[in-house]
Amino acid sequence: MLKGISLAVARGELISLIGPSGCGKSTFLRCLNFLEIPDSGDVRVVDVTVSRTGRRGWLRADERQAHQLRAHVGMVFQSFNLFPQYTVLQNAMLAPRVVKRARVQDAEHTARQLLEKVGLGHVLDRYPQTLSGGQQQRAAIARALAMKPDVMLYDEPTSALDPEVAEEVLNVMRALDDEGMTQIVVTHDMRFARAAADRVLYVEGGKIVEEGPPETMFAEPRDARTRRFLRTLL
Amino acid sequence: MGRPALAVLLAWLLLFAPATVRADEAGVLSWASDGQANVPFTFHDPEDANHMEGFEHDIVAALAERLGERPKLTQNDWEGLIPGLQRGLYQMVIDGVEPTREHKAAVLFSRPYYITSNRIVLRRDQAGLDSFDALKGHTVGTIKDTSAERVLSSEKSITIRAYDEESNAFSDLRNGRLDALLLDQPIALYYGGVSPEFKLAGGPVGRTEYAIAFAAGNTAERDRVNTALDAIIADGTLHRILARWNLWTPAMAEALDDHSDPHVAPVEWDRYRAAITGHGGWRARLIRYVGFLPLILHGAWLTLAVSACAMVLAVGLGVMLALVRRYGPRGLGWLAGIYIEVVRGTPLLIQILFIFYGLPSFGLSFSPFVAGVIALGLNYAAYEAENYRAGLGSVARGQMEAAIALNMTHAQALRLVVVPQAFRTVVPVMTNDFISLLKDSSLVSVITLTELSQTYVRLSSTYYDYIGTGLLVGLAYLLLGLPFVRLARYAEARLGRGMTQQTGHH
Repeated sequence: MLKGISLAVARGELISLIGPSGCGKSTFLRCLNFLEIPDSGDVRVVDVTVSRTGRRGWLRADERQAHQLRAHVGMVFQSFNLFPQYTVLQNAMLAPRVVKRARVQDAEHTARQLLEKVGLGHVLDRYPQTLSGGQQQRAAIARALAMKPDVMLYDEPTSALDPEVAEEVLNVMRALDDEGMTQIVVTHDMRFARAAADRVLYVEGGKIVEEGPPETMFAEPRDARTRRFLRTLL
Repeated sequence: MGRPALAVLLAWLLLFAPATVRADEAGVLSWASDGQANVPFTFHDPEDANHMEGFEHDIVAALAERLGERPKLTQNDWEGLIPGLQRGLYQMVIDGVEPTREHKAAVLFSRPYYITSNRIVLRRDQAGLDSFDALKGHTVGTIKDTSAERVLSSEKSITIRAYDEESNAFSDLRNGRLDALLLDQPIALYYGGVSPEFKLAGGPVGRTEYAIAFAAGNTAERDRVNTALDAIIADGTLHRILARWNLWTPAMAEALDDHSDPHVAPVEWDRYRAAITGHGGWRARLIRYVGFLPLILHGAWLTLAVSACAMVLAVGLGVMLALVRRYGPRGLGWLAGIYIEVVRGTPLLIQILFIFYGLPSFGLSFSPFVAGVIALGLNYAAYEAENYRAGLGSVARGQMEAAIALNMTHAQALRLVVVPQAFRTVVPVMTNDFISLLKDSSLVSVITLTELSQTYVRLSSTYYDYIGTGLLVGLAYLLLGLPFVRLARYAEARLGRGMTQQTGHH
């Protein structure tokens, strides 16, 4: 699927991964927090490194290391994946409570703060299915932020949303960028990639074909494949 | 609400669960009989269904008095009587057991306490067929594994229908499926002789002996009881008991060389006839049904206790099996799969008998109640496991991924995120399963538990009243099931919070 991808991201950067469907960009993103187990390679976040060599099985020790790594990484999914049996507030409190053993008051305080920040202060006690898609995705972002990650991963966060609703979500991501959050976004939204990203990576056939700042990538792509892809979209 | 309430319920059920039968209790003469139908051996008193009587019941009482002990009756299905003896549930079986060569190979016998013959029973309107020779070429019903069956099978031209229970044989004679019955005289007399529809025809056919059965090797108890039996024969007690039941036979007089007349009126026989023939009138019927209530309540209680405990076991084990099968290591998942297939692929009845009568050979011995709960629980766990596996499969993959991405462990993700969602889809099926378990629990009657269905069989066959008793017992089952249906609705509604409106608007 992936054929030797290497990427170093600086603190506070916003990276956009673009490319045709099935090119491997989502898989790459999911390897970064080991939702997908790569055959080989290293993932290093802050001070945690998880190394995979050869094709040996995924062991308990590996899972322990991945657990340490995930403490620094938050993730947002295309289909939101909020927990339907919990309210919005409970969704954002659950992981801090059970993973970090946070006290109820602390977890609730943080969760309220974050949910208000993403504009959901008025729907705290609603169940996810009663919210619009944009609201659900913002709730999912708040849920991930509640774990205080250093890096946020987004897997096509706006693909299931109408453009005007998507904008609410993108605004939240822009605000996080302004605060210095490190973010890696797999997206089909070229306007967002162009306007917000510090760096854009074009992925095709399991490889990074081209990378660079959005101005150069979108204005004068060097590779023919990148040109073809951008032409069909823009 | 929830866990503490469940724990209290469980503790309560276990506390009041019928205690283990202990055969070696001091000062107790523990014996067993099949109290189902079984007139005039040991049966429910038609005038008071909560009370047992019968000529064998009286003989045991006399023996116990001799031995200075208290008689204690365990009711068991006919098929389970001898296995229960070997299993040590009681010391002896008295239920018209014939000391045939095959039986002697398996158990010890006392001296015979009764000698009689077989009799032909016909519909009242029938003529002829009043001797064994006259039965040739006809279809004749009898009870399985009795001397009557052996006599009949000596004549090739007779088509034999062998029944487990006399009441079914009489039904078939009544509706013409049989031309005649050949039965032990006591049964012939007490069923055929009291009904306006039947009559006894001809004289005695063959000879039958009854003796008390003991577990192989239990010679000490056999000898003790034999001595008591000698004593009640010598002092005429046995003769008087049989006379009261109108069962004294010439063969007995011959064998015991007792040609005296104790001048005892056949009071029990008269009382039984009066009770059976005089039951017309809805008022009498109603009074009788009210008399059934304690028995039905007891049966219902046992049914509920067995079913509820078994369901708790089934749910717990089922969840574990389903999780192991879906998320566990391959080897364990494979084992769980085999367990499920084996349990689902074999009859529950066999499993119950195996656990109760089979496992003691491996040193695992349970009381009937515990064995019943284990058998039903292990069986239903297999079905529950498949149910839960489907439920887990219905939860979107993304739920597990989201939980893992939030750094929950696998176990936390399952417990807090996936299982609660799976549970909701599973509740309606579980309700079905529980109601079906409530009914399947009737199978535990084979291991001496007189639950609701068994109560029905016993009452209805004693009174030939299949409709009224059936309605009563059916109602009891319905009442038992209803609370669970309501509970399931409530659970669905509660768990359903936030799960409705599955199609969110963008």
